[in-house]
Amino acid sequence: MPDTAASIKVSPTTNAEPPVIDLQGLSVTFGGRPILRELNGQLRGRAIGLLGPNGAGKTTLIHTLLGFHAPSAGTASIFGRDIRGDANQIKGLVGYMPERDAFIAKMSCVHFVRYLAELSGLPPAAALERAHEALFFVGLGEARYRNLDTFSLGMKQLAKLAQAIVHGPKLIFLDEPTNGLDPPARTRMIKMIREIRDSGEANIVLSSHLLRDVEECCEEIVILKDGRLVTYCNLEEERRANKKFLMLETRGDLKPFVSAVNELDCEYALTGDHRVKLILQEQTEVRDIYRLAAQTNVQIRRLSYKRDSLEDIFLKAMENGEVSEARP
Amino acid sequence: MAVLERAYKPYVGPLSPQWSRFLIIPRDALRDVFRSKIFTGLFLFSFVWPLVCAILIYLHHNVAALTGLQIPLRDLVSIDATFFRLWIVVPQGYLGFFLAMLVGPSQVSRDLTNNALPLVLSRPFSRTEYVAGKMSIVIILLSAITWAPGLILFLLQSYLEGWSWFSQNIPIASAIFIGSLVWILLLALMTQTISAWVRWRLASRAVLLGVFFIPSIFSVVVNEIFRTQWGYLFDLQALIWNIWSGLFGQFVGQQTVIDTMGAEQIDPLASAPPLWASWLVMFLICAACLGLLSRKVKAYEVVK
Repeated sequence: MPDTAASIKVSPTTNAEPPVIDLQGLSVTFGGRPILRELNGQLRGRAIGLLGPNGAGKTTLIHTLLGFHAPSAGTASIFGRDIRGDANQIKGLVGYMPERDAFIAKMSCVHFVRYLAELSGLPPAAALERAHEALFFVGLGEARYRNLDTFSLGMKQLAKLAQAIVHGPKLIFLDEPTNGLDPPARTRMIKMIREIRDSGEANIVLSSHLLRDVEECCEEIVILKDGRLVTYCNLEEERRANKKFLMLETRGDLKPFVSAVNELDCEYALTGDHRVKLILQEQTEVRDIYRLAAQTNVQIRRLSYKRDSLEDIFLKAMENGEVSEARP
Repeated sequence: MAVLERAYKPYVGPLSPQWSRFLIIPRDALRDVFRSKIFTGLFLFSFVWPLVCAILIYLHHNVAALTGLQIPLRDLVSIDATFFRLWIVVPQGYLGFFLAMLVGPSQVSRDLTNNALPLVLSRPFSRTEYVAGKMSIVIILLSAITWAPGLILFLLQSYLEGWSWFSQNIPIASAIFIGSLVWILLLALMTQTISAWVRWRLASRAVLLGVFFIPSIFSVVVNEIFRTQWGYLFDLQALIWNIWSGLFGQFVGQQTVIDTMGAEQIDPLASAPPLWASWLVMFLICAACLGLLSRKVKAYEVVK
């Protein structure tokens, strides 16, 4: 494990707008123990996944960005606003769904969401209106007058999401949003997160242990290990890029087929009697391959995209622990 | 967004002024506390004594009523600084203590127990505003039963007695206001601090009672052992008593005795500590409460 600062240019800074999150040598120490170590990088994705094993510093990073902990060195900015100097402005732009149970006892759900909306600065009437809307959006419309103490774990998660979005923040921090949810509830939660992401009105930072959740929701992922930023991966780019790698299982004479493929400027490799590995050019589509196969009387029994799964990327990051930028 | 659209939309409307947001906390909390019939009853009962005092003031200026009731004027308590201190500020202050004991202990502990602080403090709402909001619950309630009726009675007396009485006794009005406010601030700080550190409501009420009454015993022990009156600096009741006396211009600090040589000397057994000492200790207690509060009122506690 290198002692040097983890410095990754995680996304090209071609956009003139400030990055969603800009980490500038951010370090956090608790009682002399470093929790985050000189994190650097710019994150611009609509949905950013924070991954890492327990104790990697994911939640501490979120808390530091929210101003709950003071950085011991370096700083960070959110939408160009510094977390040290513009904390109040930043808090007006973000929503936060904590990992742990968090509510106010003896309060109805709509009262709870409205109360927090008002603390965000919404006038009482607007806060009440938005509280109803947010609760309908998350699917708690029918239960909104019930006391929060009577809610199940899944309902509490939804109430936490409602309070995080009620004031219409530009950036939403979701810390383990699917914790303790059963499969249907998890699917609903993921669907809502994707809806918020696809609305284009808010960026999302999703911290989770569950690779599948992150893979389904996020475009960019950042992997933390021992307080260091060890891997950045743009899943969108990787998905696009990985679609060019094809694995074919065929029946029939492969020679005319591969020579036809070669004429399309696609690289190929025969990996077995009936197996071909192809790298498609940008202008080549999968249907061209099917067309060539039909023309050369080759049956395609199986076609698959070869790609690194997020699990592969995560495991590699955990094994290496080196600062790296995942590339297709 | 309309309810039926169910899509995520940002909020683009106006925002409430930052300075007014801390008032959301007492507004909500007061609505909650007045749901309790016991509390509402006690709160209304707190106005009975000021009403009795108002009747007394009225009788002082109504000879016909006194004659009708066959009460000689000299038997009525005179309306002066002592009346306002002992008949209004002190009893209302003690009633305020019991009200604060009912309302205060659950305020911060409720949020800490259910991890609500991260939700509150992740918004454009500071810890200072949070503490100010929580303290204002006690401040608003106790103001309504202490200095507010006290000043109304002062104005009633001024109205009945005339402008000259008002202009001569204006320090009484400031003593009512400042004396009550000091007591209210102390109670607000102590209840919120205890609420932050002792999460069980019954226990925190017991601690509040203990903080006010156990040091009284301790102070007596200290006075007896060291043959002094400085032990009263440990006694919150004695402290506030001294401060009220000082504000009403009735503080008697040093007592003197004539020694065997006929010289006048300070009597340490009878002399109270100087007034500044009471103010200083009061200030230190408030500072300690603020320090303890700031250690607990955090989104997340860092375990070192």
